[in-house]
Amino acid sequence: MNLIYLDNNATTKVDPQVLDVMLPYLKDEYANPSSIYDFAKQSNHAVKEARGVIKNFFNAENEKEIIFTSCGSESANMAIRGVLNMNKNNRHVITTKVEHPCVLNLYQALEKEGYKVDYIGVNSNGELDLEQLECSINDDTAIVSIMYANNETGVIFPIEKISEIIKSKNKETKFFVDAVQVAGKIPIDVQAMGADLVGISGHKFHAPKGIGALYVNSKTILKPLIIGGHQERGRRAGTENVPYIVGMAKAAELAVDQLKFENTEVKRLRDKLESNILKNVYNARLNASIVNRVPNTTNIGFEYIEGELILLHLSDLGICASSGSACTSGSLEPSHVLRAMNVPFTAIHGSIRFSLSRYTTEQEIDYVCEKMPSIIDKLTNLSPFQDELAALKRLKN
Amino acid sequence: MWDYSDKVIDHYRNPRNVGKIDNADAVGTAGSLACGDQLKIYLKINNGIVTDAKFQTFGCGSAVASSSILTEMIIGKSIEDVKKITNKDIADQLDGLPPEKMHCSVMGYEALEDALKNWDDYTDLDDLRNENKESSDKIVCTCFGVTENMIWDAIKTNGLKTVEEITNYTKAGGACGRCKNAIQDIIDTYYKKESEESTLSPAQKILKINNIIENQISLELKKDGGDITLVDIQGDKVMVKLRGKCSGCKNSHLTLKAFVETTLKETVDPNIEVVEVQ
Repeated sequence: MNLIYLDNNATTKVDPQVLDVMLPYLKDEYANPSSIYDFAKQSNHAVKEARGVIKNFFNAENEKEIIFTSCGSESANMAIRGVLNMNKNNRHVITTKVEHPCVLNLYQALEKEGYKVDYIGVNSNGELDLEQLECSINDDTAIVSIMYANNETGVIFPIEKISEIIKSKNKETKFFVDAVQVAGKIPIDVQAMGADLVGISGHKFHAPKGIGALYVNSKTILKPLIIGGHQERGRRAGTENVPYIVGMAKAAELAVDQLKFENTEVKRLRDKLESNILKNVYNARLNASIVNRVPNTTNIGFEYIEGELILLHLSDLGICASSGSACTSGSLEPSHVLRAMNVPFTAIHGSIRFSLSRYTTEQEIDYVCEKMPSIIDKLTNLSPFQDELAALKRLKN
Repeated sequence: MWDYSDKVIDHYRNPRNVGKIDNADAVGTAGSLACGDQLKIYLKINNGIVTDAKFQTFGCGSAVASSSILTEMIIGKSIEDVKKITNKDIADQLDGLPPEKMHCSVMGYEALEDALKNWDDYTDLDDLRNENKESSDKIVCTCFGVTENMIWDAIKTNGLKTVEEITNYTKAGGACGRCKNAIQDIIDTYYKKESEESTLSPAQKILKINNIIENQISLELKKDGGDITLVDIQGDKVMVKLRGKCSGCKNSHLTLKAFVETTLKETVDPNIEVVEVQ
């Protein structure tokens, strides 16, 4: 049985070229980049060079604006806490209802600490309510955190427009963008975005897990979360993770080279998978706007059947995907993103996300397209909602 | 990834007895679409025997497996035996379920209970009700529609002790979490009631102490040529007289505390104090 990996928004395969550039720093070039002897020159130089690559990846002005972190969650926590801890006077913060848990749960913690929090909603296409955002910003707003694209639906938020809204209402308000789900899928240009802080995570674009980066523009001062040595200009203590930093830089270079491929070939396969399932499975519905999405993601709801059961049957065929269903995560509530979008409860528990990568092949997509109708057919036969399903079928035909 | 047993995997891959019985004698449901799982069970009953059972389930792998194995467990069984099935039996038959998935077995039990309630020939309704249940049942978890009786049952059948366990077994408290305090109250009430029920009356306590001294402690001491008699009991104070070789023995204090008192503490009441009288 071949593995068909369509869960690239969860994590990605490490590119062999990335592994190759990492290996010397795991074997021979193990020096601490802060040491002063000649032996440390190579690792010190490697980190500097990687910082330059990540600077370009962000289109930042200066290398000093890049901080290496351990993951996307750390980048988000460092950005938000770092800003709030520098400015204790302002007690109002804003985010969206559909953020990744690393931001959403942090905001809930802030709420318990006494911050006033506004959560911006989305419409049924997953698009952000910009009017609500505009009304929410006031003189007391310390930071706004908004993801570049949603990890479950792939819907891209209009970051430049959002930044204009924020700055027109309050010039002092800082803007953090969680760009984890767009890195390697669309170009990131922090200057055009108008964001003060932008976070990414290596393992979403074919670097290994355990490495991330945070862009912080020169006007924004952060209070560090990790206190210790002088690394990262005193903003993030801890010996640099040299092999992983080098690996992420290589992955970023490759990602830039592959951007066109992502937006033509990967998109074509995603669209093929999506349109095929929507056409051939009568109880399937698309859980997002068809435009303004990252090219690799589709989120499809299968009405009156449950997502975990679909995933288990896909897994029996070697196909990996994920679900917004409550049962898969161990939490009892279905996806907060799909609930915020008001996805009907008939479909929310049966929602499946397929996320492709540059490694996805046409044969793989054809195989999934071929198998999907029979899996869904088997599972709808188990459902107690036969009358409702029959009505859906009539409607579709 | 869930660590499902081979049996669970077999049952969700190849569910048995799927479908509906058109002229069923009893039909029961549990759960709801909005909550993410719903089970419907159909029974054919002849002369007090379940002759056929089918199910339809909207739910995860363990929900389908629980429903599937339940139908296998009840076909051919008498109503009396079917009534005795608990959620724990369903989980055991599946070689266990992950803790977070225990509510799937509870749903199977509830659908079965519901079917038996709806069975026309079935009049012995009170039998299904637990003697500890209050007659009026109220919703505790509004998110998942879980009632006080359902929580009480889950505690009783599975020996649950924490709110987290209740959530794993019944889903109650798993969404907004507002009912967590109410769940804790139910747990506290249950165990308070249980400990009250196990409390002995003063007369029972005296009888039990006497019984243990005569039938256990005395026999042991006789082996070493000693003996013991009960003189009086005042509250938790048990007054005894050591006889034979025990009386005047240098180690009699040790015998009294380490053996007599410990035995009574373990078997009757941890507050007991044993005192030697002359």
